[in-house]
Amino acid sequence: MSDIRQTAAQMAAALAAGEVTSVQLTQAALDRIAAVDGQVHAFLHVDAAGALEQAAASDARRAGGTALSPLDGVPIAVKDALTTTGMPTTCGSKILEGWVPPYDATVVRRLREAGLPILGKTNMDEFAMGSSTEHSAYGPTRNPWDLDRIPGGSGGGSAAAVAAYEAPLAIGTDTGGSIRQPGAVTGTVGVKPTYGGVSRYGLVALANSLDQAGPVTRTVLDSAMLHDVIGGHDPLDSTSIDQEWPSFADAAREGAGGDLSGVKVGVITELSGEGWQPGVMTRFQESVDLMVKAGAEVVEVSCPSFVHAMAAYYLILPAEASSNLAKFDAMRYGLRVWPEGDAPSAEEVMRATRDAGFGDEVKRRIILGTYALSSGYYDAYYGQAQKVRTLISRDFEAAFEQVDVLVSPTAPTTAFKLGEKLDDPLAMYLNDLATIPANLAGVPGISLPNGLAAEDGLPSGLQILAPALADDRLYRIGAALETLHEREWGGPLLAQAPALVEQTEGETR
Amino acid sequence: MTETLMSYEEALGSYDPALGLEVHVELNTNSKMFCGCPTEFGAEPNTQVCPTCLGLPGAMPVVNGKAVESAIRIGLALNCEIAEWCRFARKNYFYPDMPKNFQTSQYDEPIAFDGWMDVVVEGPDGEPETFRVEIERAHMEEDTGKSLHVGGSTGRIHGADHSLVDYNRAGIPLIEIVTRPIRGAGGRAPEIAKAYVAQLRDLIVALGVSDARMDQGSIRADVNLSLAPAGSDVLGTRTETKNVNSLRSVERAVRYEVQRHAAILSSGRSILQETRHWHEDTGITTSGREKSDAEDYRYFPEPDLVPVAPSREWVEELRGTLPENPTARRARLQAEWGFSDLDMRDTVGAGALGLVEETVAAGAAPQAARKWWLGELARRANEAGVDLVDLSITPADVARVQALVDDKTVNDKLARQVIEGVLAGEGTPDEVVASRGLAVVSDEDALSAAVDKAIADNPDVADKIRDGKVAAAGALIGAVMKEMRGQADAGRVRELVLEKLS
Amino acid sequence: MPDSAARVEITRDEVAHLAMLARIDLSDAELDHLAPQLTVILESVASIQGVAGDDVPPTSHALPLTNVFRNDVVTPGLTPEQALSGAPEVEQQRFSVPRILGDEQ
Ligand SMILES: [Mg+2]
Ligand SMILES: [Zn+2]
Repeated sequence: MSDIRQTAAQMAAALAAGEVTSVQLTQAALDRIAAVDGQVHAFLHVDAAGALEQAAASDARRAGGTALSPLDGVPIAVKDALTTTGMPTTCGSKILEGWVPPYDATVVRRLREAGLPILGKTNMDEFAMGSSTEHSAYGPTRNPWDLDRIPGGSGGGSAAAVAAYEAPLAIGTDTGGSIRQPGAVTGTVGVKPTYGGVSRYGLVALANSLDQAGPVTRTVLDSAMLHDVIGGHDPLDSTSIDQEWPSFADAAREGAGGDLSGVKVGVITELSGEGWQPGVMTRFQESVDLMVKAGAEVVEVSCPSFVHAMAAYYLILPAEASSNLAKFDAMRYGLRVWPEGDAPSAEEVMRATRDAGFGDEVKRRIILGTYALSSGYYDAYYGQAQKVRTLISRDFEAAFEQVDVLVSPTAPTTAFKLGEKLDDPLAMYLNDLATIPANLAGVPGISLPNGLAAEDGLPSGLQILAPALADDRLYRIGAALETLHEREWGGPLLAQAPALVEQTEGETR
Repeated sequence: MTETLMSYEEALGSYDPALGLEVHVELNTNSKMFCGCPTEFGAEPNTQVCPTCLGLPGAMPVVNGKAVESAIRIGLALNCEIAEWCRFARKNYFYPDMPKNFQTSQYDEPIAFDGWMDVVVEGPDGEPETFRVEIERAHMEEDTGKSLHVGGSTGRIHGADHSLVDYNRAGIPLIEIVTRPIRGAGGRAPEIAKAYVAQLRDLIVALGVSDARMDQGSIRADVNLSLAPAGSDVLGTRTETKNVNSLRSVERAVRYEVQRHAAILSSGRSILQETRHWHEDTGITTSGREKSDAEDYRYFPEPDLVPVAPSREWVEELRGTLPENPTARRARLQAEWGFSDLDMRDTVGAGALGLVEETVAAGAAPQAARKWWLGELARRANEAGVDLVDLSITPADVARVQALVDDKTVNDKLARQVIEGVLAGEGTPDEVVASRGLAVVSDEDALSAAVDKAIADNPDVADKIRDGKVAAAGALIGAVMKEMRGQADAGRVRELVLEKLS
Repeated sequence: MPDSAARVEITRDEVAHLAMLARIDLSDAELDHLAPQLTVILESVASIQGVAGDDVPPTSHALPLTNVFRNDVVTPGLTPEQALSGAPEVEQQRFSVPRILGDEQ
C-alpha cells in the first residue's frame, strides 16, 4: 500500500520493487489533495484524470521493464508559472484566467519524458511577485503548520503541497527566494540551481536575469533526484549552460553519512543582526555548531555589498517585469475587458484590461519598473543596480576563495500571519534579504529545515550557497546536515507538524 | 487635407535640405531571427508561428547565427566597423502587431557602425559624380506582424472598425541601416536619396542576403528630411516619412517633403516633428504620429539573450566572401560592356546595373540588354508604378527574348508582345510564343503566296516598283505583314517583293 | 538598507504618466495611494546611487556566455488552431483586435 508520508526516493524504490503502483501513489496523492486542499489551497488546478492516465502509462512501462527514469511513476505538482499543455497556466493572475498554453515548458516536458504524473498546478503570488502567496488573484495558500499563517512566497503553493503531503515532489521558481523562503517557513527543502542550470523555456518570466526553476521536496535526496531530471542544457534557452552535470542524487547519497570533515563553511556576517528573529538565529547557531562537530571548519566571511542587494533587486526585478508583462494586452490570449464608451480602441482595451487583470502588487512593480527604465532615470537606477550586481558577484568570488560553501538563515523570521504585511510592501520585501544575493550573482542555493523557533514553534530554514556550477556541494553538504539534524530530532522536522484534519467532500473549514 | 507646396526651384533658393535614410532589409534566411519558423512570403495567415514569435508567456528567443553572419557581411560591404561585443536590447512600446509589446532590436551597441557608401549621381555639368553617404550604423532586429483593417472604406487604418492580425511576418530578421545626416546635397537630394537606395539594393542583391523586393516589403525605406536656411549650419525640425516602398517613391517623397517644408517655413510657421505616410497613388505624404516627449522606449539589454562577440577571425573570413566593391564593379562592367559614361550613368540611375549584368550573363549582348531594360521594360515599370526589379520578368527571360529576336523567331514588334505575355504571367518567353502563336512565319510558300496576293491586290503599286520606284515597296510589305498578322520577317518580305517585281 | 537615501519623490502626475506608458488605466484612487507607496519604495532603493563607481562594469548576465546561436533551419511550430486557441476573438484565421489608433513605429 502507498504511504503519502514516504519520500519520493522511497516511493521510487517501492515502485521498482513492485510493492506499489504509480496509480496507487497518484490516487493517494489525489485523495490527500481532496481531503486537505480545501484548507491549504495549495493547488489552483488539479488534473486527476490526466495524472491517473499518466500513472497507468507508467505502470504499463514498468510492467514492460522500461521505466523512463528513477522517478518514473512518482507524482509531482508544478508551480503555475510553467506552461503546461492540457492544464491552465495562470501565474496566479486574473489576466491569464483559463489560459491553456499550446506548449509545454522544457521542465514540464522533461518531467513527462521521465514519466512523472503531473497532479496539477500550484498557487503562487501573482506573476511570482510576493513572499507570502497572498498576492494570488485566486486567494492565499495557507501554511500547513498553522493555517492562519503564510506559506512563504511566491511559491507558497508548491511548498505547502509538499509539506501537507499532497505531493511528494513539486517544481518551484526562484527569482529572489521564491523556492527557498517558502521551504524555510514550511519545513521543507527547496533548491535554486545555478542560473542556467535548469531551462527557463516555458517559465513565464518575472525577471529573466534572476529566475530559475528548481525542486521543492521534503528531503535533500528527493531534490537531487528531481534536479537530475529537470536540469541540463536546453537549446531553446540561450542562457542555458551547455555542459554535462554530475549526478546530484549521487552527491546527496555521498553526503548522507553525515561526515563534514575537510569542508570549509563561511558564515555571512551581513546576514544577521537587527530584524532577525532570535529563535531563528538560535537554531542557526546550533546548526553551525553541529557542522563543526561533524568536522567542518567554520569561519565568518564578510560580503559587504550584500547590504545593497535588496535595493538592486527591487530595481532590476520591476524593470524586467514591466517589460515582460507588457505582452498581457488582451490581443492574443487571456482576459479582454471592454471599457465603457463607443467602439473603444485597441489601446483603450489594453489599458482597461491591464487595470482589471493585474493586482495591486503587480501594478506597483510595473509602474516602478517603468520609472526605473525611463529616459533620464536609467543610469541612476537600472544602470547602478547592474553595477551593484557586479559588486555582489565579486563578494561571492572573494568568499569562495576562502570557503567551499556559505551559510545563513534562509529567512529572517518564521511564517507571519496572513494579512500582517499586506499593506507594507517594504516589510514584505525584507523576507528575501538572505536569498536575493544568490539570484543577483547566479549562484546556487538550498534551504533546509532547521528546527523550530522557540518563541512560536514554527519552522526556520538554513540556507547553503555554493559557487556557480557547484550545485553538487549543496546536495553533499545539505544531505550531511539533514542526517545530523534527523539524528537530533529523531526523524524529519515535518513529523512534528500538527496533523491536518482530513475532510470529506462537501465540508468546508 | 491639401498641403500648400512651394515650387521645388524656389524652395532650393531659400533652403538647404538635410536627408537621412533608414532602410530596413528583410533577410532571406530560412528561419526567423529568434525561432525556427519559416519565412516564406505570402503564406496563409498564422501558419508560420510558434510560441516565441507569437510572444506566448514563457517562450524565449535564440539568435539565428545565419542572420548575424548576414548582418556582418552587410556591415562590411558598407565599410563599417564590426563590433567586437554587442548586445540585443528591448525597445518597449505597445502595438497590436508586436507580440511581446517590445521589439528585440539593438540600441547603443549595433553590430556594425561608422561606414560609408559612394553613390553615383549626375553632377552639375551632366557628368557622373560620386557622392559619399556616411553610414551611422547597421543593426539587427525583428519584424512585426501585419494588420488587416476591416470595416473602413479604404482598408486603411483610419475609420476601420477592427483589425485582423497575422503574425507570420513577426520575427523575420531585419537589418536596419541608418545614414548620418546627408548635407550638401542641394537640389540633388531626391536623386541622391534614390541613388543611395538603388545602390544599397544592388549591394544587398550582390550579397545574396535578401530577396530585395521593395514591392513585397523586403526592403523598406524611411526618409528623414529637414530644411536649414540656405548657408546655415543649423538643422531644422525633421519629419520621418514611412512606407516609401519603391525607388521612384524615394525620389518623389523627398521632393514632396522639400516643397512642403519650404512652404510651411516660408510662411513663418514651424515644422511639427512627426512621422508622415507616403501615398504612392496620390504622391503626397500625410501626417502620422507626433513624436513627442511621451515617446520613451525604455531600452535595456535583452536578458534572455547573451552578447554577440564575433571573433576577428570570423569577421575576416566573412570579409573574404564579399562581392566586389560597387565602384570597382561599375568600372569593370563599363569596360567589359563598352558603354559610354552616359549609358553607364543611365543604367545605374535606373537601378538596372544588376539586371543588365544578369541579362548579359544569360547570353544577351550588353547593348541589347540595356535597350530592353531602359526602354520597353522601363516604360512598362513606369506605367505600373513599380521598380524594374519588381517586374515579373527575370534577366534570363529578357536574354531569351533577345535570343528569339537574334535567330529571327520573332521580330521587334512580336518581341514586345512576348514581353507583355511574360509580364502577364503567361509563362516563359518560349511558352508565350507558342501559346500566342507569335513566331514569325518562315514558311517560304506561305510568304510567297501572301506576296503574290498583295501584288495582285495592288497593281498600281506593283507597276511603280517595276518602274524602279523601290521606295513604293513599303506599301506592299505593309499589306503582306497585315495579311500575316505581323508574324513575318519584314526583311524577307521585302526581298521577295523586289525579286518578284524585278 | 543604508540610509544615505537621496530625496526622491514620485508625484501623482508622474505616476499617471508612467501608467500611460505602461498602458494601465489607473483609477484616481489608485493614483492617490500608489504615489506615496512608490515614493517610499524608491527612497529605500535610491541608496544605490553612488554605491558603485565608473570603474565597476554593469552585469546584465550572471554568467559570461557569448555567441549562443541557432542553426538557420526550420523547426515545427504551432498549427493555426493552436496559435489562435487562446485568442479572445478570431476572424479569417487572424487575431481580431479592436480598432487601432495611431501608427506603426
Ligand atoms: Mg528599428
Ligand atoms: Zn516562431
